[in-house]
Amino acid sequence: MQENEIEFIVQKVMEELQRKFPAETKTEQIAKTNEDGLIFTENDWKTSIPAAVYQEGVSDLIASTPARIGVWRTGTRPLTKTMLKLQFDHAAAIDAVGGEVLEKTLAEFDLFTVETCYENKETYLKRPDKGRMLTDNAVRTIKDKCTHHPQVQIVVSDGLSASAVETNLKDVYPALLDSLKINNLSAGTPFFVKGGRVACMDHIGEILEPQVLVLLIGERPGLVSASSMSAYMCYRPRKGVVESDRNVISNIHPLGTPPVEAGAHIGTVLKKMLEQKVSGVKLEL
Amino acid sequence: MKTKITLLNKTYEFNSLKEILAKANEEKSGDQLAGIAANDAQERLAARHLLADLTLSDIRNNPVLPPEEDEVSRVIEESINEKIYQSIANWTVSDLRENLLAESTANQEISRIRRGLTSEMVAAAAKIMSNLDLIQAASKIEVVTQCNYPVGHKGTLAGRAQPNHPTDSIQGIRASLYEALSYGIGDAVIGINPVIDSAESVKQILQMTKEEIDRFQIPTQNCVLAHVTTQMRAIKNGAPSDLLFQSLAGTEAGNTAFGISVGLLDEANDLIQKEGTATGPNLWYFETGQGSELSSDAHHGIDQVTLEARCYGLAKKYKPFIVNTVVGFIGPEYLYNSKQVIRAGLEDHFMGKLQGIPMGVDVCYTNHMKADQNDMENLAVLLGSAGVNFLIGVPMADDCMLNYQSTSFHDIASVRRVLGLRPAPFFEKWLEKMGIMENGILTKRAGDPTLFI
Repeated sequence: MQENEIEFIVQKVMEELQRKFPAETKTEQIAKTNEDGLIFTENDWKTSIPAAVYQEGVSDLIASTPARIGVWRTGTRPLTKTMLKLQFDHAAAIDAVGGEVLEKTLAEFDLFTVETCYENKETYLKRPDKGRMLTDNAVRTIKDKCTHHPQVQIVVSDGLSASAVETNLKDVYPALLDSLKINNLSAGTPFFVKGGRVACMDHIGEILEPQVLVLLIGERPGLVSASSMSAYMCYRPRKGVVESDRNVISNIHPLGTPPVEAGAHIGTVLKKMLEQKVSGVKLEL
Repeated sequence: MKTKITLLNKTYEFNSLKEILAKANEEKSGDQLAGIAANDAQERLAARHLLADLTLSDIRNNPVLPPEEDEVSRVIEESINEKIYQSIANWTVSDLRENLLAESTANQEISRIRRGLTSEMVAAAAKIMSNLDLIQAASKIEVVTQCNYPVGHKGTLAGRAQPNHPTDSIQGIRASLYEALSYGIGDAVIGINPVIDSAESVKQILQMTKEEIDRFQIPTQNCVLAHVTTQMRAIKNGAPSDLLFQSLAGTEAGNTAFGISVGLLDEANDLIQKEGTATGPNLWYFETGQGSELSSDAHHGIDQVTLEARCYGLAKKYKPFIVNTVVGFIGPEYLYNSKQVIRAGLEDHFMGKLQGIPMGVDVCYTNHMKADQNDMENLAVLLGSAGVNFLIGVPMADDCMLNYQSTSFHDIASVRRVLGLRPAPFFEKWLEKMGIMENGILTKRAGDPTLFI
């Protein structure tokens, strides 16, 4: 990683931290002023083992893994809170798959929208092949609106998690633009693909013939994070590209690969692709 | 072989056994994705009527994938007992179904019949059976196997402790293992899916689990579910492994995509016989699941139920200790919703058991599938009734490494309690010794992982 890149990341992370935690005590204040309502925080889902043989050991075990252990039981069933927590995390994942990216989020970054042949959510899930092809309409729109043969083509897609775009785009995208600038790379006209699969990169590559393409796309939601994003990158994406020709930065979300860090790193990877004229497993990073 | 049927006034014609088998299936998104599913509900029933009337010899004489072209077909073909096959060759698929379900047909007779069946015949029967048919027929079959200790007895339900960790932390894996044991789970196997597929890492996990087994004298067996070649390297480097694990596909090309072949499995089999740490005689753990052949474009236009049956035909060659289908892991393009997952779980369990496989099921789903935990609880109870050998136990059903949801320690304990099932016999005695279980019921101490610190 280059020095300017590190400085840039540090600065962005600091900004993000200040935005997220403006005052440590803020949540407590809210809790105090809302006595008639139920305020639920992470701590309220915690349960305890009433008469553990080695009480001090419980927290050590729990701390050693993100798995849901030390939860206790009633009869053979989990306690109510433990069950509600699991259902709540699953609910977030369900909403992420079924959700839509808000128009205003896309407008904020001047992204116009085109669609793949996915038809609807059900077909999207059943027919991955349809999410790899853009509609005829989309092809015309892109041809009209976009710079052809750009050095870098940026594409954003909801994929399997609309909330991944909602959560991360505001941090990833500006950091990505800055990192292109730092690396002296020029981007074409960015846009949003609704109902996209990773390999829609190849179809877009055929249409616009960019030198490199980066696709920011929502990942399959897990229970740890329903808002995880991946950045797929490819040198000269065209039909017939195989999985191992692409590079990916995955697990981009606030608790995983920090979005700002990911955005900043993309420019570096793209630059190497352009220098080495290759991507995927053959690219030396 | 008949390929045409007139159902009331409408005539349906099919090109091949392969097409009849595919179109007779219950609706599955995977068959639709492959473009081989019935066009509508009535065509599905037309195919099913025709299939019910085909004889077992029709099925054997019209191979969906000829033995000359595929080594899985060869393994299945070579396993047939010709005398027993001849005694049932004229049965229709309907006869097979009705024989399996007849009151007079018990485990003993099914054990005889199985030696004359190919995997395709077994799949054909499953296609004309309802969910309760699948449950009842399977519940007659007892398949007991032994690695260090036996599992699979009637009236028992074992659990695999699956204490995975997102970075293979030994401490973290151990913590989830303690939790599992404290709920009475771990009799089938202590089996970890590693993140890092290296011999050294696999060895470390095997050593830790072996130490815990020795320290508490737990009547079970250990396994790390890395690629078989990685496990072989680990074992050659001295790793203490009771079982070898591998995922199987129902075609040679599917297995090539998994990086295995019959030759490699034979070689691995020799190694575990010579250098494994278990008593035996059953030293393999296999996983399967509908859809894997299509996902690697290795399906040859054959439907996913038939291909799944062929996985068990291949598994049988290695006399496995345990096998489970990972029924909802692959995603909605193969099994779209809970109805399809439940159906597939029951089909797989039945098709495995009928072929003499010690079947367990990983009752599971991913978050982009139309299913939730209630559906998994339903299927777990159905499988418990069907006599499933084991289920998968994950802390609160949420696997923090593989990012999918399965069944929990609580769930397995609950299915045992509701259906009056017991852990594997030696393991139950051990639970009693540890003060975790009494008369098949968890004691006050159960659920406390610090028992093992």
